[in-house]
Amino acid sequence: MSIARKAVVWGLFAAGGTISAFLFPALIGLFLLVAIGAVPPGLEYDSIFAFASNWAGKFALFLVISLSLWHAAHRLRVVFHDFGVRKDKAVANAVYLVAAVGTLLTAFYLYRI
Amino acid sequence: MSRRPYIRPMSNTTWYLSNGRYRRYMLREVTCLLVGFYCFLAVWALAVLATGSPERWEGFLRSQQNAAMIAVHAVALIYYLIYMTFDWFKLAPKAMPVQLGERKVSDRSIILAHYVAWAALTAFVAWLAGVIP
Repeated sequence: MSIARKAVVWGLFAAGGTISAFLFPALIGLFLLVAIGAVPPGLEYDSIFAFASNWAGKFALFLVISLSLWHAAHRLRVVFHDFGVRKDKAVANAVYLVAAVGTLLTAFYLYRI
Repeated sequence: MSRRPYIRPMSNTTWYLSNGRYRRYMLREVTCLLVGFYCFLAVWALAVLATGSPERWEGFLRSQQNAAMIAVHAVALIYYLIYMTFDWFKLAPKAMPVQLGERKVSDRSIILAHYVAWAALTAFVAWLAGVIP
């Protein structure tokens, strides 16, 4: 891989890691609030729909989900290696494919909202 | 190269168990599964939202309200904070040392800045979601 491409790939990975380290506790917290029945007002249909139909909201959601997926996929690939799986090519294809599908679905659903 | 190089016997599958640092590394790295899980939970929520039906959204929220989900989220939140977020902040001064002129910014200040930024972002998300006014 050329140095220039490597920088882009690594940059996206680091961005995804930073986003998931900073934001995911809050996101898990929101899901926890939903689970205990204390649905936050911002997650009621009208508010969340307004947020996700706004271009800034769409952009934020797409950025957070796609970068986090890419980051998680790359780390999962290394985790497989660490647990003794020595089929890197197959693992890489599988995890990146799942991340790509997740990214495309995110784009598709956001486009439909 | 010597004719009989010494190869340290090491297991491919359990090598990290012998050392506390390696164990912590593995505990941190497996949090990528949580990131993936919550990404796809979010994708599912977007799929429901894209149907444009308030009833379906209500149904989705109700489907998330059970004891199993409460347990999953509570354990995930604590595990994630300890092994991903706070571990990430601890590594930050090593990954991104900051130098201002001649002076190197201390590790403590970099870590503290991360905690402050995290608290601010969390408060922002809580405000966006209407949890805090």
